[in-house]
Amino acid sequence: MARVRVQAEAFDLAAEVAALTAGRTDIGGIGCFVGTVRDTAGGRPIASMTLEHYPGMTERALAAIAAEAERRWNLLGCTVIHRHGRLVPGEDIVLVLAAASHRAAALDATGFLIDWLKTRAPFWKKEEFTGGEAHWVDAREEDEAAASRWE
Amino acid sequence: MEPGTIRLLYFAWLRERAGRGAEEVALPEGIATVAALVAWLRGRDERLDAAFANPRLVRVAVNQEFAGPQAPIHAGDEVAFFPPVTGG
Repeated sequence: MARVRVQAEAFDLAAEVAALTAGRTDIGGIGCFVGTVRDTAGGRPIASMTLEHYPGMTERALAAIAAEAERRWNLLGCTVIHRHGRLVPGEDIVLVLAAASHRAAALDATGFLIDWLKTRAPFWKKEEFTGGEAHWVDAREEDEAAASRWE
Repeated sequence: MEPGTIRLLYFAWLRERAGRGAEEVALPEGIATVAALVAWLRGRDERLDAAFANPRLVRVAVNQEFAGPQAPIHAGDEVAFFPPVTGG
């Protein structure tokens, strides 16, 4: 059963890996992706990124994506944590962990999880530039293409 | 929720343009699909009309599942409108 959380607080990568592997000796590898706030957007410095989400649907969508990854790659465990609220450059946004018997499944499942999350979980990013001006981030066609390779 | 009503949610720039994040409305007679609901909402006021001006940029969820224009709408449903998602 995947562990899925949506929270404002920061997460601790080491603690999450420890929780995923506690008491287990059957895991052969853990794939990991951490998404972080970049300090520029389109070459302009940003002061912050604010993530809005749809409480209720977000948790359902993340659980469905995680369940699909567990099914496709026979994962031995899976963690998805996504933050919301106002974040500043350098802060973590999202954590994906996928544990499997062998590395190929762990790494592929990690790629799948972040690609599908980006196009299927109801989050929206608003970037605030250092001058105070703000804009909603547009969806990228590359993200759709990345997600579609798992269809 | 009152009988015969639907709950509407708006997120991100759709929320800002619509000037509201959530509301309950009586489901109008004859409105049975997402597309019909959007057309009716656009006629309610100028801000909603502006929010839905470019339908290509509007995604819809009915009861927290993605839904297309022909998806059915019933009293008691939660219908959310938002731009393409940008998480991760």
